[in-house]
Amino acid sequence: MAERRKNADRNEEASRYKVFSRRALLFGGVQTLMLSALAGRMYYLQVLQSDQYSLLAEDNRINLRLLPPPRGRIIDRFGVPLAVNEQNYRVLIVEEQARDVDGTLALLDQVIEIDQRDIERIKRELGRKRGFVPITVQENLTWKQVSQLEVNAPDLPGVSIDVGQTRHYPYGAAMSHLVGYVGAVSERDLTGEPLLELPGFRIGKNGAEKMHENQLRGSAGASQVEVNAIGRIIKEVDRQEGAPGRDVVLTIDAGLQTYTHQRLMGERSASAVILDVQNGEVMALASTPSYDPTPFNTGLTGQQWSDLVNDPLSPLSNKAISGTYAPGSTFKMMVALAALEDGISASHQAWCPGHMTLGNHRFHCWKRYGHGWMGMHDAIEQSCDVYFYDIARKLGVDKIAAMSRRFGLGAPVGLDLPGERGGVIPTRDWKLAYMGEAWQGGETLVTAIGQGFVLTTPLQLAVMAARIANGGKAVVPRITRGILPGDAGPGQNAENPAELVQPQVLEFTELGVDPRHLEIVRAAMDGVVNGARGTARGSAIKIEGWEMAGKTGTSQVRRISAAERAAGVFKNEDLPWRRRDHALFVAYAPLAAPRYAVSVVVEHGGGGSTAAAPIARDLLVETQLRDPAGGQVLPKLAEALKAEG
Amino acid sequence: MSVLSDITLRSNPELTLGQKIWQMNWGLVLLVLLLSAIGCAMLYSAANGNVEPWAERQAIRFGLGFVLMISVALIDIRLWFRLSYPFYFLALGLLVAVDVMGEIGMGAQRWIDLKFIQLQPSEVMKVALVLGLARYFHGVTYEDVGRPQYLLIPLLMVAAPAALVLKQPDLGTAVMLILVAGGLFFCAGVRIWKFLLVGAGALGVIPIVWQTLHEYQKARILTFLDPDTDPLGTGYHILQSKIALGSGGLFGKGYLQGSQSHLNFLPEKQTDFIFTMLGEEFGMVGGLALLGLYTLLFIYGFAIALRSRNHYGRLLAFGLTLNLFLYVFINVAMVMGLVPVVGVPLPLISYGGTAMLAVMISLGLVINVYVHRDLRIPRRGPRDQL
Repeated sequence: MAERRKNADRNEEASRYKVFSRRALLFGGVQTLMLSALAGRMYYLQVLQSDQYSLLAEDNRINLRLLPPPRGRIIDRFGVPLAVNEQNYRVLIVEEQARDVDGTLALLDQVIEIDQRDIERIKRELGRKRGFVPITVQENLTWKQVSQLEVNAPDLPGVSIDVGQTRHYPYGAAMSHLVGYVGAVSERDLTGEPLLELPGFRIGKNGAEKMHENQLRGSAGASQVEVNAIGRIIKEVDRQEGAPGRDVVLTIDAGLQTYTHQRLMGERSASAVILDVQNGEVMALASTPSYDPTPFNTGLTGQQWSDLVNDPLSPLSNKAISGTYAPGSTFKMMVALAALEDGISASHQAWCPGHMTLGNHRFHCWKRYGHGWMGMHDAIEQSCDVYFYDIARKLGVDKIAAMSRRFGLGAPVGLDLPGERGGVIPTRDWKLAYMGEAWQGGETLVTAIGQGFVLTTPLQLAVMAARIANGGKAVVPRITRGILPGDAGPGQNAENPAELVQPQVLEFTELGVDPRHLEIVRAAMDGVVNGARGTARGSAIKIEGWEMAGKTGTSQVRRISAAERAAGVFKNEDLPWRRRDHALFVAYAPLAAPRYAVSVVVEHGGGGSTAAAPIARDLLVETQLRDPAGGQVLPKLAEALKAEG
Repeated sequence: MSVLSDITLRSNPELTLGQKIWQMNWGLVLLVLLLSAIGCAMLYSAANGNVEPWAERQAIRFGLGFVLMISVALIDIRLWFRLSYPFYFLALGLLVAVDVMGEIGMGAQRWIDLKFIQLQPSEVMKVALVLGLARYFHGVTYEDVGRPQYLLIPLLMVAAPAALVLKQPDLGTAVMLILVAGGLFFCAGVRIWKFLLVGAGALGVIPIVWQTLHEYQKARILTFLDPDTDPLGTGYHILQSKIALGSGGLFGKGYLQGSQSHLNFLPEKQTDFIFTMLGEEFGMVGGLALLGLYTLLFIYGFAIALRSRNHYGRLLAFGLTLNLFLYVFINVAMVMGLVPVVGVPLPLISYGGTAMLAVMISLGLVINVYVHRDLRIPRRGPRDQL
């Protein structure tokens, strides 16, 4: 019995073993297949796809860091810096090195005083950024603060001082309309250039900074660094230096510009342009009031911005190129030249009774009881309106317009600054196209004295004066003298880097105006200043050889009603400032061999002879004293400084 | 009759301690030592060439585990036979305990803090389930295995821990438990048509299970199917792992030179992704060599199972070896993007206490089976007293 049971057990055991071993071996086979699959996968990843994954691993490992190039400087014609990079000391804190951030910040506060607002910002950034990323605590530290921090460094773990570069404008508001400013890159400025996406990168937003952005910016260098998965830099693998930005040399004379700016500051709102009549170089170009360019770089507050934008004197606008004014009597030279070219003789005489009647409308002369018989010379010298009504009626508006355009009025003259406006020189076609109405005869008369539709910029008036003074050469104004060579190694150190710029030899087209006609006009402009009855005789330059010639202009900003005229209430001093006339003056000097042309517009300044002419005189005296266009630059300056004491 | 002649006759030999030690499979022991040495070397690399924080501790743990393994191997197999069910229920109790603690402690919890070790009951269960099932099938004849009513108890023995582990939720471990149990059922002689039936049923159940999965589990499976859809999220691990392996190439970047690992692009490089680091630093050659060593380990395990004269020992050695195989296969397949990312460590190499404990006990039991290979255990249990 026991034996049988034992046998049964043995049989049972044998059958179980048979099944087990068969199936276990089957399992072994399946497992072998599975392991082969792993080996196959390994072959696929590590041999077949290896190159691709190696690239991806390098991509992971290596980060490209852009090295922003130092921005090129902007210097004046004598190498005086107008926009430079300044060291900006910043204090940074690294959370993972500071350990006790709050305590460290409290200590820092004792040394450099941190704003409560800044502390909140720092805490926000600390929460957002990784522990090893430095966070700016404060910028623009003074040297004293830097040294205090250095002394206390052992007690301030994780605090470091970093030197960055910020744009500095030594001349501030005096130069801001020319040099412009840099500001943060906006969404619109993005071009795909990676440099623009660097945090804190600044680009030119206005003036020369904007015009020459590409030269000033330079090209970025790159540093290849090995980083780990959370972006911490392990080491630098490779480094390519970029090219620093190139220096831009302006035609401006910083000293003259400062003088011009200060001279105009005497008025509420004014602008002036000084040109070299031979080559169109802008010696000074000022518009007041102006603005301080620095906050645009560091970040304007909302209040600062709205103050600038809402200021009725519009300090942000460069009125010398974007302000358009009726030129008033400064326009009369154009009418005279058109008349001469049309065959009207300079000896043509007109009777001025103080007004002229056309149809049923009476057009007044500025002189209430008239000038009597007037020729061209006297009419310019004494700015007789009726004479010009007379010849304009003979000419028609289109001929006046054509002459004005040749002298640069009514369209942008092409100065290399952003924001230049064109103004208006009306013609019959213009009025029809623009206003849908036919030209009225009376409008020709109004145009002849630079009123009505005519609008010009101070820059255009200076160009006009320059083209009259230089004998009809179509000079084009420019503000850029040149760009220093890219490898400006010596340029940075040269005594006068501006001299490294090869002066361009410019060929200007001739306007095709008869030189004798110009001679007649110039003689009349001489009379305006130096004649016994000239409208600007009070502003003559009495220094021999430095005399100027010019033309006054007074442009109404409102219509004088018959009642006011009868009552005699049109003295500017009696009117609110906004309603007073604009005062204009165009001039050139020296008389014998003209070199400098100037235009001055004083908004609501009253009469051209009283408000604008004295400024123009002072500017031309200063210009000739400095003589920026002259060959012997440094001796001249030294002389001038000596003269000033 | 002398004891010695008993051995030669291969009838229930009673072995002295010295004889047991002599009978141990020293080749297998050496293999275990070699694998764990590789593990410590990789952990040294994972810490950028430091014994802290992983390599040193792992070495100490391995030392303790090694003593445990030898001890387990030398205890009489009949004692293990008797302890199988208690051990299984202890593990089940621990699983219930973490589940309850998780409920109380708000949120998923997978381990019990025993101060010197954070015990993961699910790891313990991997061993305990094999013990329990081997004990069960040892007592059932081949005839009875074919009868469905005899399968009810073992199915419950699998279903209970699998459900608890899935609830944790730990998909990887649940799958491993089910696969190991399936292997044991298969080798114990459960008819093949039943597997086909269950397989067909499982396919039908998949949509229902899918509904019950947690979002992150769904995400893992979806990312597995197409890792490129989410390169910075869940797919990041797989992608970085593949980059590390692929950039390793045939011969690797060299020991301590793996950029993916050392710059921390590779996640969890000391635990689940340690094979990737090995593959990056030693290339395909190194990876295949490690797989070769594991294959050797599995061959030992299967050979021991086939060599055993008692059914309990066979099933035990087979089940535990299958378990180790699944650890290795799932882990390596996971890091190479062949299966979803499930937290399965690489035995003897990955850093981790409980896994080491479970693996060393498993290996101890496999050696134990070898030591007692000629001992016959009657179907109804050993009659003699221990």
